[in-house]
Amino acid sequence: MSPLLSVRDLHVRFPIIRAGDMPWTKPRILHAVNGVDFELEAGQTLGVVGESGCGKSTLARGLIQMVPATGQVMWRGETDLLSLSPRQMKPYRSEIQMVFQDPLASLNPRMTLGQIIAEPLSTHRPDIPAKERRQRVAGMMERVGLLPQMINRYPHEFSGGQCQRIGIARALIVEPKLLICDEPVSALDVSIQAQVIELLKELQRDLGLAMIFIAHDLSVVKNISDEVMVLYLGRIMEKAPKARLYDDPQHPYTQALLSAVPIPDPVAERAKRIVPMTGDMPSPMNPPSGCVFRGRCPRAQDDCARTVPQPEGDAHRVACLHPGPLSAAEMA
Amino acid sequence: MAMTSEQAVEATALAGKGRSPWADARRRFFRNKAAMVGLAILAFVALFAVFGDFLSQWSNEELDYNVMGQIAQEGGPSIENGHYFGTDDLGRDLFARTVQGTQISLAVGLVGALIACVVGTLYGAVAGYVGGRTDNIMMRIVDIFMAIPYMFVLILLLVMYGRSITILFAGVGLISWMEMARIVRGQTLTIKGREFVEAARATGVSAPVIILRHIVPNLLGVIAVYATLLVPLMILTESFISFLGLGVQEPLTSLGALISEGAGTIAYGTTWQLGFPLLFFCLTLFGLFFVGDGLRDALDPKDR
Repeated sequence: MSPLLSVRDLHVRFPIIRAGDMPWTKPRILHAVNGVDFELEAGQTLGVVGESGCGKSTLARGLIQMVPATGQVMWRGETDLLSLSPRQMKPYRSEIQMVFQDPLASLNPRMTLGQIIAEPLSTHRPDIPAKERRQRVAGMMERVGLLPQMINRYPHEFSGGQCQRIGIARALIVEPKLLICDEPVSALDVSIQAQVIELLKELQRDLGLAMIFIAHDLSVVKNISDEVMVLYLGRIMEKAPKARLYDDPQHPYTQALLSAVPIPDPVAERAKRIVPMTGDMPSPMNPPSGCVFRGRCPRAQDDCARTVPQPEGDAHRVACLHPGPLSAAEMA
Repeated sequence: MAMTSEQAVEATALAGKGRSPWADARRRFFRNKAAMVGLAILAFVALFAVFGDFLSQWSNEELDYNVMGQIAQEGGPSIENGHYFGTDDLGRDLFARTVQGTQISLAVGLVGALIACVVGTLYGAVAGYVGGRTDNIMMRIVDIFMAIPYMFVLILLLVMYGRSITILFAGVGLISWMEMARIVRGQTLTIKGREFVEAARATGVSAPVIILRHIVPNLLGVIAVYATLLVPLMILTESFISFLGLGVQEPLTSLGALISEGAGTIAYGTTWQLGFPLLFFCLTLFGLFFVGDGLRDALDPKDR
């Protein structure tokens, strides 16, 4: 059986028109997502991690045509979502739903909870009578841990965690097959983060959802993912099943990210060695030649500037010319 | 997910009807003293315009031959002969005329603001939401229209098509929506970037529905404030046109036309002919400005 979602060579490019440019000036291209491919089976979770600006969110938006993308996004092995017109795309939008980063900003302040959660339902299933719609909304609210009596309240009356539950209820009301979570817990307190993640896991188990879970926090991703993909400057650096990636990272970037995760044990934390990573991510408008990570890589050699490393390997893919476990010399 | 009893208690307290952002704004508005005074003034002016005809002893067309020819001596305000505000220099009852003028002026202001709200909001919201080239073309059209001196166009219109109240409404409506479209477009651009619009787009809500369900309701605060400030502007424009002698045509009148007449005859000592229309004119403008200010404070609490 073909996977639920199969992405081949996805690119997202934005033309950048600067103020003062003449209309005929060729705009500069910002290549936000560069040749990403992955597969996602039903019921599985793909974690996507990377620094800010590495194209995580753009990748998610490219999949559902929220930003112009090229490549191939096969849905259930049948339909290439990128080849569809907006009208043809509409039925698929109920199968793929999204949860957003800022819980309050993703809810219209002028709408009641009931209206917000019911919106996808009334968009995709206008045939459902109002009474049944209300019942489904109430059922979904209960499901995500909100009291159905709050149906007439407004978003500003809720806390961040509750708002995120509303966002999740809105996404799940149309029974999607794939849930794209764009940093759903980054804006929440740590204690609330755990609650929301547990809720997502529980719902995933019950509904057989596939998830693409975007985060910049590796420990959050570890908790929820089956596979993890590390992005840097719009490219895949490393992609592996969770256990392989966390126990045996091959790419120096992944190693650096993992070494920066704090350990909740002061002794271990102090003993920990951090892989030094200098500088900032280069501008995606002007990426370095060869390996995009070489400017900050402790292993960079001459050939890194010449050859663009391709993600190689089968289950555990690494885009590096000099992969391998972390050596003692690399730790400061 | 299980609820703790504490959460349940809190939730019971929360249950029922939510307090909408509108309800919050309403509460803030009614606490604002200046706005309440403005609202009272406006209510008084509106009542005067609507029910003034029933109080008046004279119609606005009758000439009082008893005072004609000696307006300065006999035509002043008096309870006895029923001319509460006196008469104009033809012997027509100024009370009835002021009622009529207030009606016309308010109507011009309201119609102008209404056209501005509907046309300007939709135009601006569409330009802002669609963006790109469409936005560019639509807003350049507005720029070009704004560059044309509107008073000149309005005067030409009134000269060409005759001085009728319909032309006046049309002219005032034509010029009023452009500023509104600009303001609305700017606001739309900020709202368009908010995540709830993105959420609606991601779930497949169509563009017209997004504009009407997500964008416009979040614009209403700005629109309401600007509309209340637009009404006096429209009234002023109309009055200016009438003052120039191009506004509404006799036997209709407006506050501006009355003020113009009053100003013309003030040399004969008939101060009431200027005073009463001017009083109502000022009251209306004061009321509207206070209410507009109050609305702004109530709807944009962060802006203070």
